[in-house]
Amino acid sequence: MKLLLKGARVIDPSQKIDALMDVLIEEGKIGACGTAITASPDVKVIDLTGMIVAPGLIDMHVHLREPGLEYKETIASGSAAAVAGGFTSIACMPNTEPVNDNRSITEFIRRKAAEANLANVYPIGAISIGSEGRQLTEFWDLKEAGIIALSDDGKPVMDAALLRRALEYASSLDLPVIQHCEDKNLSAGGLMNEGYYATILGLPGIPAIAEDVMVARDILIAEYTRTRIHIAHVSTAGAVRLIRDAKARGLNVTAETAPHYFTLTDESLQDYNTNYKVSPPLRNATDVGAIKEGLADGTLDAIACDHAPHGRTDKEVEFEYALNGISGLETSLGLSLNLWHDGILPLPELIAKMSCNPARILSLDKGMLAIGSDADITVINPDLPWIVDVKSFHSRGKNSPFHGLKMKGRAVLTIVGGDIKYNGLAEKP
Amino acid sequence: MTEEKGPKIVMDSNVIERCLTRIAYEILEKNKGMDNLVLVGIRTGGIFLAERLQKKISAIEGREVPLGILDITLYRDDISKSKKKAPLGKTNIPFDLTEKKVILVDDVLFTGRTIRAAMDALIDFGRPKMIQLAVLIDRGHRELPIRADYVGKNLPSSLWEAVSVNLLEKNGRDEVVIEEET
Amino acid sequence: MMKLEKKDILGIREMTVDEINLILETAESFLEISTRDIKKVPTLRGKSVINLFYEASTRTRTSFEIAGKRLSADTINISASTSSVVKGETLIDTARNLEAMNPDIIVIRHSAAGAPHLLASLVSQSIINAGDGAHEHPSQALLDMMTIKAKKGKIHGLKIALVGDILHSRVARSNIYGLSKMGAEVVVAGPATMIPRDIERMGVKVYTKLDDAIADADVVMMLRIQLERQKQNIFPSLREYAQHYCLNRNNIKRAKDDVIVMHPGPMNRGVEISPDIADDPNYSVILDQVNNGVAVRMALLYLLSGGNE
Repeated sequence: MKLLLKGARVIDPSQKIDALMDVLIEEGKIGACGTAITASPDVKVIDLTGMIVAPGLIDMHVHLREPGLEYKETIASGSAAAVAGGFTSIACMPNTEPVNDNRSITEFIRRKAAEANLANVYPIGAISIGSEGRQLTEFWDLKEAGIIALSDDGKPVMDAALLRRALEYASSLDLPVIQHCEDKNLSAGGLMNEGYYATILGLPGIPAIAEDVMVARDILIAEYTRTRIHIAHVSTAGAVRLIRDAKARGLNVTAETAPHYFTLTDESLQDYNTNYKVSPPLRNATDVGAIKEGLADGTLDAIACDHAPHGRTDKEVEFEYALNGISGLETSLGLSLNLWHDGILPLPELIAKMSCNPARILSLDKGMLAIGSDADITVINPDLPWIVDVKSFHSRGKNSPFHGLKMKGRAVLTIVGGDIKYNGLAEKP
Repeated sequence: MTEEKGPKIVMDSNVIERCLTRIAYEILEKNKGMDNLVLVGIRTGGIFLAERLQKKISAIEGREVPLGILDITLYRDDISKSKKKAPLGKTNIPFDLTEKKVILVDDVLFTGRTIRAAMDALIDFGRPKMIQLAVLIDRGHRELPIRADYVGKNLPSSLWEAVSVNLLEKNGRDEVVIEEET
Repeated sequence: MMKLEKKDILGIREMTVDEINLILETAESFLEISTRDIKKVPTLRGKSVINLFYEASTRTRTSFEIAGKRLSADTINISASTSSVVKGETLIDTARNLEAMNPDIIVIRHSAAGAPHLLASLVSQSIINAGDGAHEHPSQALLDMMTIKAKKGKIHGLKIALVGDILHSRVARSNIYGLSKMGAEVVVAGPATMIPRDIERMGVKVYTKLDDAIADADVVMMLRIQLERQKQNIFPSLREYAQHYCLNRNNIKRAKDDVIVMHPGPMNRGVEISPDIADDPNYSVILDQVNNGVAVRMALLYLLSGGNE
């Protein structure tokens, strides 16, 4: 099928395009891009006046829970959530049950993703067997099976020597290593950000230095080994400063943050609502300010929502027993658009952090609208008002602290490989 | 014919004093003196009347008659129906009631429910020989089989009328007022 | 007519000064009942109070139980070891089951901060927090305030020192809120490992030395040291703690002459408080605290009971 997207503002940061243009999609590829493209009779024309056409959004940090924890999410439901949230590609973390630490799990994930046939799903393999931090997995075999990065997300690599070897070994395969930075000794027993609110709530604190110390350590290890490292879900002012300094010194360090880290503070936890329980924890207003600065000055390359769907039984418990995470794929773009509404990021830069930057970090041939590239496109209505309703989530995880929040702007059309996978154009606000 | 609807003073200071004096004598007469006699005023209206009776009886007999204070809130039969509660006052009965003749004192006898509660409370403090009741006003409309032994004034009233006993110790003047409830 | 507008008693933080005063005044009237031969009034006859204790507690549970019984309520104790908790039933299911049995008040003690809030959001019954994690212990703070008021005639303007493991103490948090609201000057003291971060924002002064904290104090409240905290390196040894943070005949001279000494119990004699201070009626009001505890809990049960209007 041929599609002609007419009259939208086309923003492709990879080519520095920001203009009113038409985009023609043929054979699953970008066929043409230009002004006043005329449609032959076999082309379906979609009028997108007032909309933004962007390269398909990429979330490089999601948890799809399958295999093993299908009650929280399946690859199919997670993919449906992705396209509904405007994401054409997602990279899924290996902390399934069993952990994605071998070829068979990777192949299983890819097969399930192909069956779902919605978003592109890129598996991330475990650094260590079982993500237990002892023995490296077979990076080579995993790469051949289809992983695009390595991480023990959720379980930081505490052993500095192991991380050193992982970075070195991965560098020979050009596989990025993504590290969840948290010193487990400093965070031990902690349930929320250490500070005033943890003090008044009587909840054990996780100090910001638990993150900062490991970011600093990992930057040093990457520098010494002359490898690259990607820092996941940055939440602290200290981590932003360390990454900024590392970049200034020319090190190959990249970083992402999640929408909740620039939207919420630990003040939100006051009624013990477990939907605000995330790892790393929500920090204070200074940290939120620093995250926004880091996004604005390029210290933070990417926005990834750390989509962590959970079942009701995981969250409807005492705060101490609740699991960490937010089901984020369907609110990520809306929350990120606030950065533009609030004047923190120009729209092209925002789109870059959600498309071409993660593509670059993961070495994916995605995140662009160049002629001949895959027709992965996200159409955004940037001002559409809507209200978050978890009941309408495609994700099985209804765990969102943003339920009921008024949003401005969302994806209205998600095209993957030339096929429309999500169409919200007809929906009235 | 229209009737005056404003507050009406039915007892003034002199009348109240005379009634209390009479009641003091009646108590002593009926009980043949003040042996084993104790006074218990029901919070809040009965306290001041009990104190006055104590003074009068003590003056007549030349010895002090013991006086206790009873808050009946915790014995009310409507306590669990509402979260609104009268402020809980202190109960102070600093003597044993066993084998005592207890004169329970209150300002107005109406449905009898307060007196029922007060008798239940008293019995938790011991086993009195008898309980008698002294009130300044009996306005009728009993809902329980209770009657007063000593009455200052019988005041037949309508259910929609309010009877207020103002006392020097409480409101700065002695008077009993009846008015239509608004 | 006085009325407690709240459905639940979850913490002192949410309480107004008027509410605190109402509870304290009501409790003062209840004191007398415990001195009677027949220590019982019929007020809450036919009401049921469930004591749901997920954490071992003798004195608080007993105090609530006595309070309920003196008001003629039926009190039922459920402790973690005898309930379905060990079988892994969630708090939500326990709550729904209890609700179906239609009690009037549920008193909950839980090791997880916020558990009473979760329970309160799930059931229509009134919830009383009898201590949740390191968060709050409102009835303890109320009985402490009642004790201070009785001994000192007031709370406003007093200097009150809380000494010990503030980090893990729900008693400290509830008292900081309550005493500050009532106009006292609250100071806390303990080794820096026991002082929670940013506690100054709660309006207290922080000291690391006992002597500095109790100087000119009207009230000194010593908190229980839990031995298991040693494993977390909160302190190196009981021996060293006792040498520097034990209230004794010597250091108490720094406080006002008429200082009163409080302890929420159970005490570690010779660790945070020396036996001769704990037993000295000139200083110690520890048993008054226990006595007032029953009255405060009677007041809470009394004020919370009643139909839904």
